[in-house]
Amino acid sequence: MPVQQSNGAKVWQRRDRGTQFTIWGIQFVCLAVFAFCWQLISDKTIWEFVYDAPRQANDMASRMVPPAWDYMDKLWLAIWDTINIATLGTLMAVVMAFPIAFLAARNTTPSKALIRPVALFIIVSSRSINSLLWALMLVTIIGPGVLAGVLAIGFRSIGFCAKLLYEAIEEIDTTQVEAVTATGASGPQILNYGIVPQIMPAFAGISVFRWDINIRESTVLGLVGAGGIGLQLSASINNVAWTQVSLILLVILGTVIVSEWVSAKVRHAII
Amino acid sequence: MTAAMGTGGRQWKRPPLIKSPLLRWGLVVGGAAYLAVVFGTMDVNWSRVADGFPRGQRFLASFFPPDFVSRAADIWEGILESLWITIISTVFGILISIPVGLGAARNLAPRPVYLLSRAILAISRTFPEIIIALFAVKLFGFGPFAGFIALSIGTIGFYGKLLAEDIEDMDPGQAEAVKATGAGWFQWLNYAVQPQVMPRMIGLGMYRFDINFRESAVVGIVGGGGIGATLLTSFDRYEFDSAAAILLIIIGIVMAVEYSSSYIRKWVQ
Repeated sequence: MPVQQSNGAKVWQRRDRGTQFTIWGIQFVCLAVFAFCWQLISDKTIWEFVYDAPRQANDMASRMVPPAWDYMDKLWLAIWDTINIATLGTLMAVVMAFPIAFLAARNTTPSKALIRPVALFIIVSSRSINSLLWALMLVTIIGPGVLAGVLAIGFRSIGFCAKLLYEAIEEIDTTQVEAVTATGASGPQILNYGIVPQIMPAFAGISVFRWDINIRESTVLGLVGAGGIGLQLSASINNVAWTQVSLILLVILGTVIVSEWVSAKVRHAII
Repeated sequence: MTAAMGTGGRQWKRPPLIKSPLLRWGLVVGGAAYLAVVFGTMDVNWSRVADGFPRGQRFLASFFPPDFVSRAADIWEGILESLWITIISTVFGILISIPVGLGAARNLAPRPVYLLSRAILAISRTFPEIIIALFAVKLFGFGPFAGFIALSIGTIGFYGKLLAEDIEDMDPGQAEAVKATGAGWFQWLNYAVQPQVMPRMIGLGMYRFDINFRESAVVGIVGGGGIGATLLTSFDRYEFDSAAAILLIIIGIVMAVEYSSSYIRKWVQ
């Protein structure tokens, strides 16, 4: 701890001079970058709209109450679609993520130089593209509808599930694998009896966790036409039917809370 | 481990993942019934899907090579705007989430403040950023400002919650020691709490930066500025080669941000 002599008295300081200057320097650079970015964004902003926003928000809120409860009949199908998109998408993702994770894990990959980079590339590109962007692409290619939503959720989740799963595979207990190997088991048998039982709980946990996230994401896929409750949301907003919008928001809120509760319960039961 | 008596002695069977047979078979039957119902009710226009195959092939083909050049100016502008939005919303969101996070830590804040802060966090975490962006666009008009507001709100919910949890988990010994020297509340915060949570919070800040960049590529779809708007336009015009270029750039930047953020996190901790 840096202590300085000044007039014969020892004064404690938190940092020595070099560190302090470095920290000040970093802070200054961050401030400058922030100011620069703020300038650029503020140039593109129409400030009259921003000043007007509180009044607008008030207006919008007053138009939103009370929610149009009778619109609920038309929402059940949308909720059902939303849940299906999330569930089928998750199912597709875990089925495909399982082999990819084994190809990507350092201790199970057949070839470190050739196959592992390919598997890692699949994981990274799937993870980097948001499910809404996947949906945008798929809607352009295979047309609007639930299927595009399922595929979008699936493609987005493959990377997520495979990444967590291959990390779990890399952290397995090697003694069990050794024990199974010592019985004279073949490669697939080692995989089946030595490794898979160890990662099954993690696998189930990851699936449920991702399902929970997917419910959240599938509520907005409709904004680009990929089915689910987002379709109704964007339609109601375009029709400026604010009482319907508030009902849809409440429904989304309810769905998200229920799915979070289910996922927490299931994960608690597994782990 | 289950051992079943067979005719030729004891036979070993692998223990099942779910122990209760009722639950196990219930899940299997329930899952099968659910899938049957889903595939029965799912409304898919297969002829439209089949029509899409040539278009999908054209899209895939446009990745080799993607066209970075003909829309270069638009792409460049979109990417920069996304980056500005990311930086501003991360900084702003974290600045606001610090007081909220402090208020939401049970060991720091009095009861009413705690409840208020927790309510703020819960509200800002509930809706996906894209829905917030939709409303921000309605309120503030098209452009990066709406995206900035949406991502900042998302950041507050994420960062504030984790900050509060980290403060709740801190070592009370150090906090008590600093308090015993007669430090004021802010001194106590600065010398006892902040050093304990700082390394993790810097890491989480980098992580949130990463998330915000990904999201900033999306808020453009509903009018929140950034690269998403450029991407949407190029899809709408079926300019797949430009779209492919944008997607590759997004993947590249996300990877770069992810690697540098994990590097900085290792360096800080």
